[in-house]
Amino acid sequence: MKVLIPTPLRQYAEKKDSVEIAAGNVGDALRKLTTEHPDLRRHLFTDDGKLRAFVNVYLNDEDIRYLQKENTPLRESDTISIVPSIAGGACADRGMRWRRE
Amino acid sequence: MSTITQTQIQQAALSNEEVLRYSRHLIMPEVGMEGQLKLKAARVLCIGAGGLGSPLALYLAAAGVGKLGMVDFDVVDYTNLQRQIIHSTADVGRRKLESATEKIAAINPFVQVKAFETKLSSANALQLFRDFDIIVDGTDNFPTRYLVNDACVLTGKPNVYGSIFRFEGQASVFATKEGPCYRCLYPEPPPAGLVPSCAEGGVLGILPGLVGVIQATEAIKLILGKGEPLIGRLLLVDAMGMKFRELRLRKNPLCPACGKNPTVTKLIDYEQFCGIRGEEAQASVTVPEIQPEELKRKLDSGENVFVLDVREPHEYQICNIGGYLIPLGDLPKRAHELDSSREIVAHCRSGGRSAKAVDFLRQAGFRRVKNLSGGILAWADKVDPKLPKY
Repeated sequence: MKVLIPTPLRQYAEKKDSVEIAAGNVGDALRKLTTEHPDLRRHLFTDDGKLRAFVNVYLNDEDIRYLQKENTPLRESDTISIVPSIAGGACADRGMRWRRE
Repeated sequence: MSTITQTQIQQAALSNEEVLRYSRHLIMPEVGMEGQLKLKAARVLCIGAGGLGSPLALYLAAAGVGKLGMVDFDVVDYTNLQRQIIHSTADVGRRKLESATEKIAAINPFVQVKAFETKLSSANALQLFRDFDIIVDGTDNFPTRYLVNDACVLTGKPNVYGSIFRFEGQASVFATKEGPCYRCLYPEPPPAGLVPSCAEGGVLGILPGLVGVIQATEAIKLILGKGEPLIGRLLLVDAMGMKFRELRLRKNPLCPACGKNPTVTKLIDYEQFCGIRGEEAQASVTVPEIQPEELKRKLDSGENVFVLDVREPHEYQICNIGGYLIPLGDLPKRAHELDSSREIVAHCRSGGRSAKAVDFLRQAGFRRVKNLSGGILAWADKVDPKLPKY
C-alpha cells in the first residue's frame, strides 16, 4: 500500500511524497516507514512509541482513531495519509517571529 | 440553514446601484434577492490581513458582504507582496489594515469595514467575535489557531479555517453546532520547533490565493445557507500535483472544547499551551557571538577565520559571503570536514540556525567557534549594503 508523506515531513523522508510499503496493519506500516526513514520517527512518535497527538493518520478518507487505531488492518489497494497540523496563513513574518530560524 | 437571522435580513435593503452591481448574483436562483440581502446583512470577521486574508477580504467585499471586520496589527513589507495581493508596492511601510480598508472601499463602497488594529488575544477575542456571524481564520501560528477555535466554540460562531505550507493547503469549516472543531482534529499543537515555519519553509505565492478563495466560498455558502459546506470534511490542496483530496472529520465526543464534557470553558493562555514561552527561553541559550563589523575587520586583516554557512543551498544562491556551505541538518555527518583548531564563524540568515550549529559544534569539541550575530541580514545592513536581503 501507499503511504503519502505531507510536505512538511518530506525533508525527513529523502524528499519523497509517497512510499510503497507492505504491511498487515497501520501500526506496522508506520513502523516500517520509520525504520526506512529514521529521521521521521520523532515527528510521528513520542519517546515512548505513541503516535503524536498533532499527527493524524488516515486510512483512505477515514481517521484511524475511529477505526481500530494502529491495529487497523490494511489491504493492498489502501492509501495511508499522514496529516500533520500546519499553521501558515499570513506567513507574516511578524506573527511567526518566535519560530523564525 | 443560513447563519444570518431573519431579523438581520429584514433590516437589509438594496439601492438601485447595488441591484445593478450584484445583478449577476441576483439572476442566479442560488443567490437571488433573498441571498443578496443575506450577504448584505452578514457580518464576517477576518483574522489576519495577510496571504489568506487578502483574497478573502477582496472577494467577500466584491460579493457584497455588508460588514467586514479585520483584525491585524502588522505593517506591509516587501516580502509580503509576493502573495498578499490586497497590498500594493506603494503600501510598503503602511499599516496592513489601512491599506486593506482602502482597497475594499475601492472595490465596493457599500461594504462597511471595521478595522481592529490589535493582536487577537484571550482578553479581546470573545468580545470581538460577538458582533459577527462568521469568523474566518487566516492566521499564521498555532496559538492564534487554537484561540480562534476555542473562541468560536464558546461564542457559537462557525470557524472557516484555512492553512498553508509551501504548496500544500488545508481548509475546513469548524465549530458549527453539528460539526467537529479544530481540536477534534488536532487536540494538541505540535511541540514548538518541530514543525518548520513559513519563514523557514517558504510558500508558493498563489497558494494562499487558492486556499483563501476556498475560505471565501465557504463563508458565502454559510451566509446563503446553500450547498454543502466543508463541515466534517478536511480539504487537502496540493498545488504541485494539483490534487484536491478530502478526509472525513468527526466530532470527537471527548473533545476538550466541543465534546460532551468540555474542559475548555474559558479562553486560556495559548502561547503557553503551544509551548512558545518554553521555546523562547530555549532559544536564548547563549553561544559566543561575533558582530559583522568585527568579522569584516578580521577577514580584511588576513586573520585565519573560517566562515561556515549553515543555510540551505537555494539560500546560498540568493546571496552569500563566500562561506563554506554545510546546511544545519547535514552538520552532524559532515562536521569532520571542519578543522577544529581554526577559528570558525558560523552564520545563517538571521542567526537562529547558526546558533544551533555553534552549540552543536561546541558540544562536539570545537572550542573556537562563534555565531555571526544577526546572520547574513546583519552583514548586509552593517558591512555590505549591496547584498540582497530575503
